[in-house]
Amino acid sequence: MLARNARTFLSSDFSQGSTSIFAPAGTPAHSIFSLSMLVLGITFAIFLIVAGLLLYAIVRYRHRASDADASQEPPQIYGSNQIELSWTVIPILIVVLLFLATTRIILSTQNAPKPAAALDVTVVGHQFWWEFSYPKLGIVTANELHIPVSDPKHPTPTYLTMTSADTDHSFWVPRLAGKMDLIPNQINTMWLDPQAAGLYLGQCAQYCGVEHAKMLIRVYADSPADFAAWVARQQKPAVNSDDPTAAGRAIFQHSVCISCHTVAGTVATGRFGPDLTHLASRDTIASGSVPNTPANLRAFVDNPAHFKPGALMPAMHLNQHDLDAVTAYLATLK
Amino acid sequence: MATQTPAPADTNQISGLVTYSAPRRLVLDVLHDWVTTVDHKKIGLMYIGYALVFLVIGGFEALLMRIQLAIPNNHFVSPQTFNSLFTMHGTTMVFFVGMPILFGFGNYLVPLMIGARDMAFPRLNAFSFWISAFGGFLLYFSYFGASGLYGAGGAPDVGWFAYAPLTARVFSPGHSTDYWTLAILLSGIGSIGTAINIVATTLCMRCPGMKLSRMPLLVWLYLVTSSLVFVAVSPLTAAQIMLMLDRYAGSHFFDTQAGGSAVLWMHFFWIFGHPEVYILVLPAFAFANEIIPVFSRKAIFGYPAMVAASVGIGFISLSVWAHHMFTVGLGPGANTFFTLATMVISVPTGIKLFNWLATLWGGKIHFTASMMFAIGFLFQFLIAGLTGIMLSVAPFDWQLGNSYFVVAHFHYVLVGAILFMIFSAFYYWYPKMTGRMLSERLGKWHFWIFLIGFHLTFDFMHVPGLLGMPRRIYTYEADRGWMIWNLIVSSGAVFQAAGALLFVYNLVWSYFKGPIAGPDPWDAWTLEWSTPSPPPAYNFAVIPTVESRRPLWDLKHPDDPDSNYE
Amino acid sequence: MSQAAVIPQTTTPTWELPSRGVVGMACLIIAESAIFTIFVVAYIYYLGKDRTGPTPRQILDLPIFTTVCLLSSSLTVHLAVSALDHARRGLCSLWLAATVLLGGIFLGGTAHEWYKLIYRDGLTLQTNLFGTTFYSLVGLHATHVLVGLVMLSLALIFSLNGSMTAKHTGRLEVLSLYWHFVDAVWVVVFTVVYVLGR
Repeated sequence: MLARNARTFLSSDFSQGSTSIFAPAGTPAHSIFSLSMLVLGITFAIFLIVAGLLLYAIVRYRHRASDADASQEPPQIYGSNQIELSWTVIPILIVVLLFLATTRIILSTQNAPKPAAALDVTVVGHQFWWEFSYPKLGIVTANELHIPVSDPKHPTPTYLTMTSADTDHSFWVPRLAGKMDLIPNQINTMWLDPQAAGLYLGQCAQYCGVEHAKMLIRVYADSPADFAAWVARQQKPAVNSDDPTAAGRAIFQHSVCISCHTVAGTVATGRFGPDLTHLASRDTIASGSVPNTPANLRAFVDNPAHFKPGALMPAMHLNQHDLDAVTAYLATLK
Repeated sequence: MATQTPAPADTNQISGLVTYSAPRRLVLDVLHDWVTTVDHKKIGLMYIGYALVFLVIGGFEALLMRIQLAIPNNHFVSPQTFNSLFTMHGTTMVFFVGMPILFGFGNYLVPLMIGARDMAFPRLNAFSFWISAFGGFLLYFSYFGASGLYGAGGAPDVGWFAYAPLTARVFSPGHSTDYWTLAILLSGIGSIGTAINIVATTLCMRCPGMKLSRMPLLVWLYLVTSSLVFVAVSPLTAAQIMLMLDRYAGSHFFDTQAGGSAVLWMHFFWIFGHPEVYILVLPAFAFANEIIPVFSRKAIFGYPAMVAASVGIGFISLSVWAHHMFTVGLGPGANTFFTLATMVISVPTGIKLFNWLATLWGGKIHFTASMMFAIGFLFQFLIAGLTGIMLSVAPFDWQLGNSYFVVAHFHYVLVGAILFMIFSAFYYWYPKMTGRMLSERLGKWHFWIFLIGFHLTFDFMHVPGLLGMPRRIYTYEADRGWMIWNLIVSSGAVFQAAGALLFVYNLVWSYFKGPIAGPDPWDAWTLEWSTPSPPPAYNFAVIPTVESRRPLWDLKHPDDPDSNYE
Repeated sequence: MSQAAVIPQTTTPTWELPSRGVVGMACLIIAESAIFTIFVVAYIYYLGKDRTGPTPRQILDLPIFTTVCLLSSSLTVHLAVSALDHARRGLCSLWLAATVLLGGIFLGGTAHEWYKLIYRDGLTLQTNLFGTTFYSLVGLHATHVLVGLVMLSLALIFSLNGSMTAKHTGRLEVLSLYWHFVDAVWVVVFTVVYVLGR
């Protein structure tokens, strides 16, 4: 595991698994990257100069007992107005330079005009999962955000309108943009425009309770064709296939599952937990932290605390037969 | 302690007095003496001892967290335990290590350095100590209050900054959050009391001739720090009263369901929180201002500029708080303003660093253990300041805020700058406080071991932040590429623990076996070095009169006194 | 290293420093002002943001009489200090008693106002944001008034039984500073709550 991690970092393959701020794939992340290069350059230069002087001073001016004047005190210098002035003015100039460069990026990111082709997504943070809905497309999903790739020549960014249903959260996908907090009773906005197709990882970045660590984000930047296909699939109502999953569907719809979860087109209209209409189309469950396999799904429904102790979904205490049936039903919700 | 240590017969020549050995006393008498004392020196030592105990406890909490984070998906502690650990670690280190140890040194040194016999309000001094101490016990009682006695709640797990609405009753049932609130409320009262004392002492009890412009820089810095305490700790007190009203009286200050604002808590907390970190760092600057000149054998360079810079830092620190809130959605106007204010504070801070450099320049540097820690402070504070400038750039903070880069930055300040200067202060003033020198040999071992551990942990901790690792997570995914860095970071913790234990051993061993110090082991220049070590209860047999910033320099160099250069 | 140094004792011209009590009280006042400022900020921040319940305009009346009483008590306590300074103990007791009376009227008036707000208008701490911020801010001030009244009553007792004499003028002055601060806070609270906020 050690070698694999080292290899991942050292290799220049920054696609899957990378959340480095130095591998920007969208305009906000790119502009922050450029600014950060300037800032790092300036601070590194300051470090070299000042640390260099410090190092020189402690070497050159160390007390050596062998010196002829070792027992005498050195000349006492109390100060110098010119020197004080110089090392006041020069830092002020550096501050002005940095400030102007920074303001430019703040304004360009936060005041960016919204193009007509932008996609609107509403993000609601919950303990401990992400609710994503596309109001103009009639789609509600959870934890895995599909957005179109944005061509710089004809930008199709995604505008996120964000709030929280409970405590503070923060949406952070480093390769695409800086983070923005989700605050209850407040609307925040940000935009993303991934310029290459692929999967971008992130996670909640504001401590929100017990399972803050497992509130992961998966952003799928799809090509226009793939995105259209995904939208079409998501807009369909829940798969209503016949037996053998009818038993599972019946159990699901007659138990408390429906008070927290929604399956579009059925009696399940709960809003407290993630929307499950297209659960089987997702790669992960438990907010990105567990691969979506039948075995994992079964184990999660049986006892969510096994994967995420402190998750707000209670253990359902279904018997083995019912558990199998419900799992089979959920697996059909593509 | 003055009564227990037999004073050597002839080293005390102040006004011709000679101290005799005191007869041994009953333990109960000694205890009673300490519990009822109003002597600033004893209170100072109690603050310092108390803080050292909590330093070890807080360090242990850090060690547990680093073991949990060394590898991904670890199960060393549960998520609930981990969340309590980082809450308790932060709260302990800030309120029950940082504040007490800095007030302890201030209590001990300020009256001595201005030629006074005690603080302005000795009984308030004792009250402030005991109420702060009780706060610390209350915080840790939360561990017992859990499943132990009444099942009332357990240790707080809301983070040391306790954001609303996570702290509302609905999201934090039980009493764990209340332990946090009340413990800090009490500690805050103690801090305000001590701050009142320091300001009143400094303004009203200086010895004749000690104009404000002749005060040691340490006293200036404690004056600024204490003034900051009034205007910074009070907002936290107010916010905590509001939080308690929300939790128990049904008010809606931070109740987002009723239209309350989560961001308002953040504003109130950080209006306290940012000046708080300056309250913690200014005393470290105070120590540096005294120690670096003595071991460079030169007067501090630019005394007036240092005073102006310190006061400037105090004022500007009140205007930068929302750089902790760049990602909250305040809007480009606010983000721009707070970026500017935060960058501006780097100017007076830089001035101080350059003045220390100029003090070293042309001097004759003695590498005692104390000075080595001070030099470590200089390099490390430079780095910490530079990463702070990086974080002041709001867009950069949008990536790095709430990540391990921030954790690395503030630990660089708290450990690399403040704790290093505290170690330096110990090696420098322990002889005055106890009459014995700390072992220089052990001190140098302490320095190197701790230095290695510090850099292993906190240099490499910047990397996971740059790679996208957020704070306050009890574990992380294996595919993020964070493991190797976390492993290195965790390994450094072991070295730091070893260094700290060596230090504690040195403190205890030297008390009994260290070489006798005498009144002025470092050939220094401020008034505390004119008293015996340790000083008698009354400090000075006769209140001195001073004519310059370095009264002892004037005495030792009558041909070239400082008073010629004022 | 070097010998213990002996500091010379030269005589200097008068070395005068401020009084400890005044400086200490000034520092306390600064700290308390910061606490009040936060409550005032919360009050202003939440003005107009209530989702339900009575608004200030609907139910708040200007407390003119009690305000006049409280502000007058600043004058009476000043006269008490002045009387003590001139060793006129009886007069000092009189002015202290007047201060306590005026402060007591203020607190009584506040209690009366709250009774009306709670039982007639249905406003409590829990009702809405206005209730939360109003009662906490005015209540915090009233608590400070109460503490001040207790201290002033003690001073009155000491004045009546002869324990407090002219040489304690400094201490009474420090207490009067606290009382002036409490009155100054009321000016701010009155302006924010009853004038600007309605």
